[in-house]
Amino acid sequence: MIGPSLPTHLHEWLGMARSLCLTVHVLGILCFVYIVAKRLVPLVRAERDLRFDHPLTRMGRVFKFWLGQWRHPRYKFAGTIHILIFSGFILLAARAFFVLIVGVNQDFVMPGLSGRVGQLYDIVTDYAATVVFLCMVIATVRRLVFKPARYAVPAKYGKGRTADAIFLLGLIAILMVADSLFAASHSLQGRPAEELAILSLPWMLQIALASSSLVTISASGFAAYLIHELAFYFLLCYRPFGIQFHVETSLFSIYFAKLERGTLKPVRWGISDEHLDQVKSFGVKRFEDFTWKHMLDFYSCADCGRCADNCPANAAGRPLAPRFLTIKARDYAFQHYPVFGRANNSKPLIGNVYSEDEIWSCTTCGACEEECPLLIEYIDKLVDLRRGMIDDGNVPQSLQRPMKALESRGNPYGKLEKKRGDWTKSPEFRNNCNVKILDGKRNADTLYFVDSITSYDDRMQSIGRSTSRILDHIGEDFGVLGPAEKDSGHDVRRFGEEMLFLALRDHNIDAVKASGAKRIVTADPHAYNALRHDYKDVPPVEHISQVMAREVKAGKIRFTQIANEEKVFVYHDPCYLGRHNQVYDDPRTVLDAIPGLKRIEMTRSRDRSFCCGGGGLMLFYEPKEEQRMGVLRVRMAAEAGANVIVTACPFCLVNLEDAVKVTGMEGKMSVIDLTELVDQYIMRESCAETQKLEQTATCGG
Amino acid sequence: MEILVCVRRVPDTSENEIALNIEGNDIERDELVYSVNEADNYAVEEALQIRDQFGGTVTVVTVGGQDDEEVLRRELAMGANKAVLLSDDVFSGSDGRGVATILKEFVQKGHYDLILTGVQAEDGAAQVGGMLAAMLDYPFASLVNSIAAENDKLIVSREIEGGNKEVNEIELPCVLAIQTGINEPRYVGMRGIRQVASVPIPTLGAGDLGVNPATVGERVAKVKRVDYFVPTLGNGAEMLHGSREENAEKIIELVAAKGGLK
Repeated sequence: MIGPSLPTHLHEWLGMARSLCLTVHVLGILCFVYIVAKRLVPLVRAERDLRFDHPLTRMGRVFKFWLGQWRHPRYKFAGTIHILIFSGFILLAARAFFVLIVGVNQDFVMPGLSGRVGQLYDIVTDYAATVVFLCMVIATVRRLVFKPARYAVPAKYGKGRTADAIFLLGLIAILMVADSLFAASHSLQGRPAEELAILSLPWMLQIALASSSLVTISASGFAAYLIHELAFYFLLCYRPFGIQFHVETSLFSIYFAKLERGTLKPVRWGISDEHLDQVKSFGVKRFEDFTWKHMLDFYSCADCGRCADNCPANAAGRPLAPRFLTIKARDYAFQHYPVFGRANNSKPLIGNVYSEDEIWSCTTCGACEEECPLLIEYIDKLVDLRRGMIDDGNVPQSLQRPMKALESRGNPYGKLEKKRGDWTKSPEFRNNCNVKILDGKRNADTLYFVDSITSYDDRMQSIGRSTSRILDHIGEDFGVLGPAEKDSGHDVRRFGEEMLFLALRDHNIDAVKASGAKRIVTADPHAYNALRHDYKDVPPVEHISQVMAREVKAGKIRFTQIANEEKVFVYHDPCYLGRHNQVYDDPRTVLDAIPGLKRIEMTRSRDRSFCCGGGGLMLFYEPKEEQRMGVLRVRMAAEAGANVIVTACPFCLVNLEDAVKVTGMEGKMSVIDLTELVDQYIMRESCAETQKLEQTATCGG
Repeated sequence: MEILVCVRRVPDTSENEIALNIEGNDIERDELVYSVNEADNYAVEEALQIRDQFGGTVTVVTVGGQDDEEVLRRELAMGANKAVLLSDDVFSGSDGRGVATILKEFVQKGHYDLILTGVQAEDGAAQVGGMLAAMLDYPFASLVNSIAAENDKLIVSREIEGGNKEVNEIELPCVLAIQTGINEPRYVGMRGIRQVASVPIPTLGAGDLGVNPATVGERVAKVKRVDYFVPTLGNGAEMLHGSREENAEKIIELVAAKGGLK
């Protein structure tokens, strides 16, 4: 029996199957459009989010973080692999498009890719396909053999996703092989054969096929074409079901990403503080209360685990990992907004998707956001979830008392307002530094905003006194608000109590304005962040470390030689000074100006600093955890070889000093605030000042 | 179920520095901040939970002046359906019995299945709940730390010495004095209070309630405060001087001896 003879040339094969190819194209694209449309349904029902401003800045960020893959090298190996795959995909995009069109029109040539440019492009893409293929092999081995810890899924968060990952890697590998085989077959159609990029996958396949008959070559090419087409559309339609959806969504996630650090989203976009009373429900209670951008984030997460890997709450064994905050929301979205069928009734998120402890566990340190290659936001979502819980009255008992005290007394301790400035009144301190209380009768150029912990906590008052002496030394005309100051409300806001925050903020804004001060200085990074980002219409604000660095550079602050040579100092970056406000160098400049000071760095420093345990209301929260964050941090300092931790935040000082006690490292490790250290070693020149110094020494600084 | 909760406004002990006035017969009240008596707040939360489970309404009531309206508003913000202020010049200076008399008249104006009070006011004597029950001839249980409903009865457990529980069956209507810790009261923020800022709170006086002025007020009070004093610091503190481990063990022993650990 002799059947109809098979066509010899690849384009004949393709010509024969043109209608099949066209059908697959149309079906594939329709399918994809349908799935994406279904995925967009919750985004349409979501809360609004105003992200259409600053198009140029946003485009710049797309170039940096999307096209430039800026954050990927933070994890060297995985990052490199990703950059290779990403650039491979970008390079192959035109080729994939070309290949798909060829099924319909065999004579199609990509515009701009004819002649020598086309030849060059072919060579580049031959290698690109090879590199992507190799990356798939490496990634598979990595997943199966080396199993990096950050991909593991703890039982409480559901099943592992290795199988899915391998399946996707396999599909891409198939796509690359099919593409290469097609290229090889294509190159062997004429005599002599087209030259392919040496040592590339198509080149190797070309050698393997070279001795076969033209029919076999063309048949293989045709098969490769069909496999490529099917794999391409399968991937396209499968990606919106899992972690690979980021291939489509990441560009938008990055374009619409939050621009300003240290800020919080408003309760509702487009509703001013004055109109908040009209908002029926605060925060996120159901999935649809998230903004569309936050939902887009859920889709974009590639489950790389970098956020959780850097999350101090996760490291301390608290029931929170940012990664699963996203993954659980995405699972919820997929389940409640299915591709086939109607959307289900939504359930409250707390109790069904998230636990209360999970949401309270976050210190808003920002390590997750600093790390995410796709700029996914976590703090805003957590704060929104907290706003929802506060609105429902669902607040841990341990937080209710300090919140009530903040409402009635303006500080979380329930201490009397009139005693807020008492730290300035101790006779020893008053003798060498007279701090003005700006009560309307007296005024000053600079306002030192002290905030609650430094005002009332016996230990932290030392920061207040040191800061004052430093301001005094550099000849600053300054004062404090005293009883007129209330808590900055920084962490009240981050715990979701927006109305209480607004009351505190409005009070403080009035008090600051009444003081007539032209600028504000604070030694508390939380107050600094609040004044800088949460307050409106207040004079410019600086952290004391910025002031000190400037004065050190100007020669106004000089230091005496450090006496103890056994001391090895390490600087711990407070989250709200470092990550949220990018002040990394100023404190280090000040430290390095002290002659004889030996300073080292911890592995986790600067933008990878590790939270001390959290400030503000977090001091009152009783977390479920295996370990204190502070303890982990103190151990990191010890491992680095330091015996003095310098920090620049009263909350860090509280948490780290406690941690030193908990770890039993008293005597071996000490913690000091930057202002205290500067106050100790500052060179006081005038006679009067030397006298003051002596008195300072007797009162213990 | 129709539930009435009797609440009281007290100086918040955690947010005030309590000091005696110059005469020594009262505390200095100029700069005090007030809140709902803690046990009363637990009682309101318990009432809200019972209501949410079985339906009905929760009414909160207090005997006092216009200043006391703030605690009623806080409880409205928490979720109570109604609030009533019992206020009249003739009420002032009433002792526990006087307050119970006023409340009794109010209770008899309505139809309440369950009346809750806090076990004790922070500045009080833990007497109004019991007296109110006696005047109404209702069954009474105090130190209640759990409530479960069963047909027309309640199963309540009471805290007894050493942290143990005693379980009782009690018929409705009844009066229960609620112990702190029975639940986790919900948070009331400024937003909640602002939302109920315009809810009217009726004020009822002696005439509205049918209280005989001769039975209440300072004149007929049989218990009168004559003095206030701050206890002198004693030598009760025991300093532990062992190693960390020894001290930890000693503390466990001491706490266990007082019934704090099982």
